[in-house]
Amino acid sequence: MKQARPGLFALLLAALVALFLLLPIVAVVPVSFTPARFLSMPSGSWSLRHYQALIDNPDWGHSILLSLRIGVVSSLCATALALAFGLGIWMFQPRFAAVLVGFVLLPMIVPPVVSAMTLYFLLTALSKVNDLVGYDTWLGVVLAHTVMIAPFAVVLVLVALAQVDRRIDLAARGLGASLTQRVFMVILPNIKFGVITALLLSFVLSWEEIGVTLFVTSVNAITLPRQMWMGLRDNIDPAIAAISVILILITVAVLAVRMVVTREGNAAGG
Amino acid sequence: MALRPIALLGPLLLFLGLAYAVPFLGVVQWSFTLPEPGLGRYGAVLTDPLVQSVFVRTFRICAAVTALAVTAAYAIAYVWVRGSPGQRRFAEFCILVPFWISVLTRAFGWVALLSNRGLINTWLQAAGVIAEPLTLVRNELGVIIGMTHFLIPFAVFPLASAMRNLDERVLLAARGLGASRLRIFWTVFVPMTAAGIIGAALIVFVFSLGFFITPAILGGGRSVMVAELVYLRMFQSPDWGLGAAISVVLVLIVGGLMALLFRFVRPSSMVR
Repeated sequence: MKQARPGLFALLLAALVALFLLLPIVAVVPVSFTPARFLSMPSGSWSLRHYQALIDNPDWGHSILLSLRIGVVSSLCATALALAFGLGIWMFQPRFAAVLVGFVLLPMIVPPVVSAMTLYFLLTALSKVNDLVGYDTWLGVVLAHTVMIAPFAVVLVLVALAQVDRRIDLAARGLGASLTQRVFMVILPNIKFGVITALLLSFVLSWEEIGVTLFVTSVNAITLPRQMWMGLRDNIDPAIAAISVILILITVAVLAVRMVVTREGNAAGG
Repeated sequence: MALRPIALLGPLLLFLGLAYAVPFLGVVQWSFTLPEPGLGRYGAVLTDPLVQSVFVRTFRICAAVTALAVTAAYAIAYVWVRGSPGQRRFAEFCILVPFWISVLTRAFGWVALLSNRGLINTWLQAAGVIAEPLTLVRNELGVIIGMTHFLIPFAVFPLASAMRNLDERVLLAARGLGASRLRIFWTVFVPMTAAGIIGAALIVFVFSLGFFITPAILGGGRSVMVAELVYLRMFQSPDWGLGAAISVVLVLIVGGLMALLFRFVRPSSMVR
């Protein structure tokens, strides 16, 4: 028997929530085309000057490149660490697995401001012994981001591993495969999509990270969110609207592709 | 000697131990030693009227945000789980698009809507409803709106998972026994998703406690919350001891709430 569909009242309420969720995202678009120097609606005339400002002001380009570099390195580090950890848990099945997983998920659960304080402590301490990985250096930000995003990669790797049939690993082991062979020839091919998802999510999380970045950078390592934060705090610069529109378009495009791909996958699968 | 699987656990545990657990102990140590050794920083957290008022405001805002976000999330999760295929896809789009867009962009979107020269005031003035722009942002209202917006998707996931796992036959039985739609919803559907509601509420509350970016932008320095107070104490009036003490207190509160969460909801049941 078919389940009951939502009634009129439920649909109306959900529509209001949907409107609320999309409103601020849509609102950014007209503001980015204002000809005025301050945040306002374009009244009558439209202008691309704030998009031009993104190109003219080299700070934006620098911060985008820095964010890309930090995102790539920290997502690779976080995913590699998470993958090794996930494989260890899955293959070894330690009795204290729950405690270990709980421990590595801490940076996800602890309030970001506390993690920020902790990483500030770490990086200022490291600054005293070296000037490569420390406060306000790009490698310092990589270190901080790796701590913050590793838990998310761990969750995705564990979810992917939960779907692997243990018997294929047992068979490989029975046939005398070494640990390296089991990992690279049997398990990894089975979780490659999970690993790619972990890499992508880690990259996005690092690309967007601001709560901790704010505490561990000051003038040298200015990531894109840090650059946007400065424009938002002081006086609101409409160039933020232009960069926001670009970021929103990328997000919506990626999600639309993903939704189409999953729908076709579902159609093909059943 | 051949490598054994247990060795794979090492790198991440070692990394987080050295880069996270040990430095946290350093922060704890700051809370007892800066600027002078003693319990003075904790005394300030408990008695200083400024710190107290920030804590009270934080709890008030977090409670309002939790109530609003969970209610809104319930409505959209309901349509996402039980709607027609078209409704489901639209609900999913509305949940995932904000979820993937950065906190800064979303806070900025609310500034563009709510500020004195923003869209809402421009429209209302053009329509002649108001003469002077309304103050919608740089106050508690703006903070609550922005935080609720940020946290709705996080509340949707546990709620949707509770709604999906519900035994459909119980609803059919209620209908078969002649209960009205409203009655089925209130006396069967809501109680059966109670674990999801508690889970969502605790997640939203815990997240909102440590929230920092949205209040800083939409509160405009006028409604400072605990996390922003830590930032100000760290970088504007360097008082690392107080920042550290507040951090330790936050961890204790969050730890207590998480313990409560795991008494009600099994963590594994919250993964979609």
